[in-house]
Amino acid sequence: MSNKKIISKKTSMRKQAPSDRKRNFFEVALGYTVEDALKEAQRCLECKKPSCIRGCPVEIDIPGFIKKIKEGNFLEAASLIKENNPLPAVCGRVCPQEDQCEKMCVLSKKGESVAIGRLERFVADYEAKEKSTEATSTLEHLPKKSRRKVAVIGSGPASLVCASELARKGYPVTIFESLHEPGGVLVYGIPEFRLPKEIVRREVEYIKSLGVEIVTNFFVGKTRTVDQLMDEDGYEAVFIGTGAGLPRFMHIPGENLLGIYSANEFLTRMNLMKAFKFPEYDTPVKVGERVGVIGGGNVAMDSARVALRAGAKKVTIFYRRTRNEMPARIEEIENAEEEGIEFVFLVAPVEYIGDEEGWVKQIKLIKMRLGEPDSSGRRRPIPIEKSEFTTPIDTVVVAIGQIPSPMIARTTPELKVHPRWGTLMVNEETCATTKEGVFAGGDVTTGAATVILAAGAGKKAAKYIDYYLHNKEKREIWKELSSKEL
Amino acid sequence: MGYEILETKLLGPDSLLFEVKAPYVAKSARPGQFVILRAYDRGERIPLTIANADRVEGKITVIFQVVGKTTRYLSSLKKGDEIHDLLGPLGNPTEIKKFGCVAAIGGGFGTAVLYPLVRALKEADNYIIVINGARNEKLLILEDELKRLSDEYYVTTDDGSKGYKGFVTDFLKKLIEDEGKTFNRVFAVGPVPMMKAVSNLTKVHNIKTIVSLNPIMVDGTGMCGACRVEVGGETKFACVDGPEFDAHKVNFDLLAKRLQMYKKEERISLSTVANKKGGEKDE
Repeated sequence: MSNKKIISKKTSMRKQAPSDRKRNFFEVALGYTVEDALKEAQRCLECKKPSCIRGCPVEIDIPGFIKKIKEGNFLEAASLIKENNPLPAVCGRVCPQEDQCEKMCVLSKKGESVAIGRLERFVADYEAKEKSTEATSTLEHLPKKSRRKVAVIGSGPASLVCASELARKGYPVTIFESLHEPGGVLVYGIPEFRLPKEIVRREVEYIKSLGVEIVTNFFVGKTRTVDQLMDEDGYEAVFIGTGAGLPRFMHIPGENLLGIYSANEFLTRMNLMKAFKFPEYDTPVKVGERVGVIGGGNVAMDSARVALRAGAKKVTIFYRRTRNEMPARIEEIENAEEEGIEFVFLVAPVEYIGDEEGWVKQIKLIKMRLGEPDSSGRRRPIPIEKSEFTTPIDTVVVAIGQIPSPMIARTTPELKVHPRWGTLMVNEETCATTKEGVFAGGDVTTGAATVILAAGAGKKAAKYIDYYLHNKEKREIWKELSSKEL
Repeated sequence: MGYEILETKLLGPDSLLFEVKAPYVAKSARPGQFVILRAYDRGERIPLTIANADRVEGKITVIFQVVGKTTRYLSSLKKGDEIHDLLGPLGNPTEIKKFGCVAAIGGGFGTAVLYPLVRALKEADNYIIVINGARNEKLLILEDELKRLSDEYYVTTDDGSKGYKGFVTDFLKKLIEDEGKTFNRVFAVGPVPMMKAVSNLTKVHNIKTIVSLNPIMVDGTGMCGACRVEVGGETKFACVDGPEFDAHKVNFDLLAKRLQMYKKEERISLSTVANKKGGEKDE
């Protein structure tokens, strides 16, 4: 290997200054230039046994694509990534690489890892600039070898990856999406400044170019049931990737006052319906001067930063533990801090107090202290008696988590659901559910997690859907798929 | 690719009926369910009751009143035009069976929501007494249809321009208390104060009453909670847990307040400059 001195730091990526970006919805991170990318790629040691790939749920050939960058073959680098991940521009932006590939990078033992995520983003964006979608589609349109139709329910990351893998294997695939735009959480949940919707559209177009059909405005469980898709419409396998879309509330007094949103509603209005452009777009949203966000995950950070951009004077995140236990990505916490979001730790709301017309005016909080670690390994917050206090508030966003929507399970009797978490029960290795021919993956089986874990599950499911469709006639095939061990 | 409008009909001043091509919705729709539609590219998602579904022809009927920007835009559309997005059928179907004597009460535009229920209740062999109420004669809708489907049909108007002068509740009270009518079930759909008044009356007489609630919705699939209502002290999402609930358990005051949440924005929206894309009439 070369005896050049290894630069211990990642090549930095330009960002909009906090003072600018906190009042606009444009993307915060601006991406690498060609020079940046070449420089950063040089840091990769091209390990013989690359550990980074083991940290990637979709097993991208990371050293391979970085080598292509070093050689200046950016388009080939993009193609190489897409063999394993149809969503490089999305994943390059929203993956928690620090917990995945970059965590495994050997450089991270002594200094900073290679900026794999930034490089992934760079090649995806480069390709988009150089290549029109039309060119992509003629190049990559694949013949349908199989006649066995597969239905994919939902169009978030798990479904998009599953569908694209199956299309590559030659299956006719139809995605059914209940909203009017495909992308799932990528379009309704993650805000424009973190993931521009144009980028989601581009990657969805790419997946369509592989031959995947996308039907919007189709709510499986209501428009048609899973059973109808299989028994009447001729789909031989079904993948459920409907995510965790049911917002949780705390069920405390006053939670239905005007001005209190679930994060899902607040973000859907902003991201999918473009309420931040009201009245140019018809859907309104209320953002008062003082906005409180409840929760400490990425969704809470997104909600807070959206509220700030939509004109709030002061945005406060109320979290029941401390900064150390926050489930949000460090990068997102730092971004929020830089933009002037206020954090109040070790508090939990106990009541909302409203005015005569029903608008929220005050939030009553109780102070917490940390006790022993709970099942998540984090120290459990314990309320401190008689420590309640109130503070004025105009808008509240409740971002304490989402659970899977029960609609599909309710209308598909053979599907078993986890009694406590509402997640679909699956074999974790094969993604097989309790109903023959039906697979599931992503947040609907794990509860709210990350884009890339969902993508990984989609990929795994595609592998076993392929296996199932080849061995459908085999005796006890479903038993086999349901009992596979990790 | 939108959803083609196959027929339009004016039902009254500002009340219109559309037949829209939507084969999958038509196939699965049952009385009491609704659709969410987005009229155009930048539009809001709004819920409308499915007034009728024709499985064979793959079309549904929706009835709407011109109250906001979306519905004003819809009213400018003609046969052959398309609605950008349409999702359904949503919500739970009405519990339909032979109850016996049923009062079906529509207040103002609520009558449009009531209409498919009355038809289904009739098919289930109920004795149906319809009370169709409005502020004045001009605002009464679906009179012929409901007259045909009901065993007894009454009209009330606030100003007495047709039928009984007064509120639907006054008339229902008269039927129960003065004429000694016994009802096995009451269905009431209309403005919140009307549903609340009916509910208060039937509670006294211990008649189970079903109301169809109309909170603000966004996705209509249980994803956002914009439509949360309080029923029996618990929070429910009207889109997936409703839209029909036991009237005696509904917190109507909260519903009324939550319906006011965007009053200011609704006015701004309506006053935005006319342009074809933005959803104004281009006449």
